[in-house]
Amino acid sequence: MNRQQPLVLGIESSCDETGVGIVRGTTLLTNTVSSSMDEHVRFGGVIPEIASRAHLDAFVPTLRQALDDAGVELDDIDAIAVTSGPGLAGALMVGVCAAKALAVATGKPLYAINHLVAHVGVGLLDGKSPASASGGVGSGVAPRLPDNLGALLVSGGHTEILKINSITDDVQLLGSTIDDAAGEAYDKVARILGLGYPGGPAIDRLAKTGNPKAIRFPRGLSQPKYMGSAEEPGPHRYDWSFSGLKTAVARCVEQFEARGEEVPVADIAAAFQEAVVDVITSKAVLACRENGIKDVLLGGGVAANSRLRELTGQRCASAGIRLHVPPLDLCTDNGAMVAALGAQLVMAGVAPSGIRFAPDSSMPVTAVSLPA
Amino acid sequence: MLILAIDTSAVASAALVSDDALEGVVASFATEDTRSHAEVLAPGIDDLLASAGVSGSDVDAIVTGVGPGPFTGLRSGIATARTLAFVWNKPLYGMMSLDAVALEVAESTDAVPEFLVVTDARRKEVYWARYSLADGQLPQLEDGPHVGFAADLPDLPAFGAGAGLYSDALKANPAFSSEQPDALYLGQFALARLAAGDPLPDSTPLYLRESDAQVPGPRKRAL
Ligand SMILES: [Zn+2]
Repeated sequence: MNRQQPLVLGIESSCDETGVGIVRGTTLLTNTVSSSMDEHVRFGGVIPEIASRAHLDAFVPTLRQALDDAGVELDDIDAIAVTSGPGLAGALMVGVCAAKALAVATGKPLYAINHLVAHVGVGLLDGKSPASASGGVGSGVAPRLPDNLGALLVSGGHTEILKINSITDDVQLLGSTIDDAAGEAYDKVARILGLGYPGGPAIDRLAKTGNPKAIRFPRGLSQPKYMGSAEEPGPHRYDWSFSGLKTAVARCVEQFEARGEEVPVADIAAAFQEAVVDVITSKAVLACRENGIKDVLLGGGVAANSRLRELTGQRCASAGIRLHVPPLDLCTDNGAMVAALGAQLVMAGVAPSGIRFAPDSSMPVTAVSLPA
Repeated sequence: MLILAIDTSAVASAALVSDDALEGVVASFATEDTRSHAEVLAPGIDDLLASAGVSGSDVDAIVTGVGPGPFTGLRSGIATARTLAFVWNKPLYGMMSLDAVALEVAESTDAVPEFLVVTDARRKEVYWARYSLADGQLPQLEDGPHVGFAADLPDLPAFGAGAGLYSDALKANPAFSSEQPDALYLGQFALARLAAGDPLPDSTPLYLRESDAQVPGPRKRAL
């Protein structure tokens, strides 16, 4: 196997995107994605069974497209990588079974990869590396992750802050949501406000016309009993909770309606967004400061949110932390990130996972890839 | 003609069947349990090919059971079959999974002219189909597949694990009371149908049930 510049095919199916990406070492050759998002619109959120059915039908066409786009043959591939978790169990199952079949049919080694760590893996692609993504350096820089790297992942499926000591074998979870993911909270609130799905872009757009200070919504897990101090951290110092916020928005709307007043939808959207973004960024920056993190990579679909980018940028800057935001199509779930991490594992000489592993819907970040 | 048949509508199973081989079977495997398809299927197929000394280029066609069966398990076999067919560039056919049990019944001493095949659909329901059987012929699907309550099925001899599960409501054949669809019989059935020039359907899964998703109603307004 080529361990210097391995050609790796990555498969992603943990939520509603069927992704196949191909990289050569740290060079992205293709990032092909088929999304079932449209099929979830009328439900106001991702329906796991619908996503799983869509993965089954999308996989082979997406694979064929990716190979065509990259101009490579399956024979040329050095290794296959697949998201084995965390994610929706039934959705993961489709990608994992397809990846295993691909491994059986081609005889290529297979890596079972952690989806969250893969979000960080895109930072290692040429031209997308933290060194160049910050705008300081152009592409062509030998991609290497900075020491003391953190990753803030915000999407419809997850909300986490990670510390990456080594992307191939040492990743720590500093904090995460204890209930809804941030993107899920956006979807639920968008539904309360009658704004449709997905909620993120709709609320972001409307929030620009509203007053974020018109209403003060709660910042979950911010009380001293949860926060503690740097020396004696509370039980949820770097964790988030968004379910109370959603309830507060619902109650607020009901109060306006009960009084027979018009619901100030734009103000509520702006105040909700401010509450989400404020608590995400303040806790993320706190986690970085207290864990010696100097560079932060933003990942997940909510990285598209204008206010999140703005406030994260400001707060990182004032804390002396460099913020890196990969191109948006690499922030959302995709196969390229899986391939990128797979290539790192091959280059680091990590053994493949074989074909006997089970997908794990709650795979911890301490497992970057599954052992054989 | 060499066929690789896969079925994960209940247990996970795969088989290499050929019209050249003795009794038609080259090699086969089946698991007992109905919940670990993603782990066992690929290694099972890998071992199957290795033990038979067969590579992808030797296979003439792939047949997958298309259900009905519990969705997640069912998809693991279809995803596997579709991917193998794509990589090996071989034709892919779907077979209704209950046909496997029907053929097994037809080949047994318990064969009767008209019968049901019944499997477990979970949630207190069964998947079922009605077959007729003429002497020396392949079983003929007359009705189904359907999903429903055992108590509502036609009053006919019933074969398969679903019949065993609801033997109080069905005329369950005891010899077949834990029988599950097996790729071995599915492959043989497919082979026979292909030999007869009978066109086989594609690999579209027979879910029979919609996803449980509910379109949310309008939010109730205060007052
Ligand atoms: Zn993700």
